[in-house]
Amino acid sequence: MTSKQRIEVTVNGTRHVREVEPRLTLADFLRHELHLGGTHVGCEHGICGVCTVLIEGRTARSCLTLAVQCDGADVTTVEGLRDPETGALHPIQQAFVAGHGLQCGFCTPGFLMSTVELLRRTPQPSEEEIKEVLGGNLCRCTGYKHILESVQLAARRLETPQAG
Amino acid sequence: MKPAPFDYHAPETLDEAVGLLARLEHEGRDAKIIAGGQSLMPMLAMRIARPEVLVDLRRLRTLDYIREDGTHVAIGAMTSKQAAADSALVRARQPLFHAATELVGHIQIRNRGSVGGSFANADPASEYPAIALVLDIELVAQGRGGRRSIAAKDFFLSLMTTSLGPSDILTEVRLPAHPGARRWGIQEFARRRGDLALAGVALTYDLDGSRCRNARIAAFGAEPTPVRLGAAEKVLEGKPAQAATFEEAGRAAAAALEDPMSDIHASAAQRRDLVRTLTTRALADAAARAH
Repeated sequence: MTSKQRIEVTVNGTRHVREVEPRLTLADFLRHELHLGGTHVGCEHGICGVCTVLIEGRTARSCLTLAVQCDGADVTTVEGLRDPETGALHPIQQAFVAGHGLQCGFCTPGFLMSTVELLRRTPQPSEEEIKEVLGGNLCRCTGYKHILESVQLAARRLETPQAG
Repeated sequence: MKPAPFDYHAPETLDEAVGLLARLEHEGRDAKIIAGGQSLMPMLAMRIARPEVLVDLRRLRTLDYIREDGTHVAIGAMTSKQAAADSALVRARQPLFHAATELVGHIQIRNRGSVGGSFANADPASEYPAIALVLDIELVAQGRGGRRSIAAKDFFLSLMTTSLGPSDILTEVRLPAHPGARRWGIQEFARRRGDLALAGVALTYDLDGSRCRNARIAAFGAEPTPVRLGAAEKVLEGKPAQAATFEEAGRAAAAALEDPMSDIHASAAQRRDLVRTLTTRALADAAARAH
């Protein structure tokens, strides 16, 4: 018997209470229970990084996390990056647009969430520091160069909002 | 790629968790502990692991700490690896453990992966078990019989098997502080940064003038458990810390492997070659590092 568990999770500032199967991953919880499709699912065993979200402000693979493990937690997905007032894209998203940091866009939510944490921890990262963090996300189209440059552009713009 | 169904418990206290595991053991149920889940979740997703019951330690916040404890640095088993990587205390008092931590996965994994998990999981390709042998890390477990301390050499029994019993919970990892002048090195080879290593080597040694003393060398990813490479350690004793010595020790390290693993990722011969090269590099890297 695998009885459902009642969980309470705050996602992008909204509190959700659900009864879920213990085996439900956070990725499937976000997509199928909350209908937040921005968090993509690729390999489902922690390699590709497309499902990366923030749990309590720290990046995590939502495929390697059970929804029940997030009971009481604060989760941020790519849908939570927009400015809630104006609906404007987050400066990091804008930098990815301007820098052509995406092609098909499948991996982009994961790269964005990894970049949010990187630039919070290290506002002006070196190229090596960026590569170290982006190494946790796979992209099959861009060749990474434009992603790297988009992160650098985002870092410059966040430092001085008019620059770049 | 979805886990099979399981029952789930998230006990509030360590005593409750041990009691629950003991009861499940008594009932003959196949229970598995989940900490950060960064090794277990892929195994559940691929259904390599299909436990009937998952016991989640996430509420045991008392196992999340890093503190100086006499001659040791004590790390609670539920501390995240990234907390250890970010810890100035760990970096200062146990630089080899710190360097090993930075080699585990990526930040997205280290944020959730627990320090204790890699010891309890005992993956042969994991850095921590080998580091445990090199540093004589003590592993503290809580079980039905109370609390006990286990030496690293008695902890890793075979492939992903430790001396922890079904109702034991690893609670603390105790790192002996690093003597300032001691040399240390860690080298591994993975196809991509953050992947599990095909082979790796961790080591320490002292310098007596220009001569090597008290070398401790362990390989990971090479055999089903981490292994000390005594033959290579003996080669170093009393010899000058120079390239020729390091190469001789590398050859001895490769020869000391009894039965290297052979699988789709690398043949036994490749792993032996890697251990030779990585030993030589780690020794040289240790010698070159400024103190």
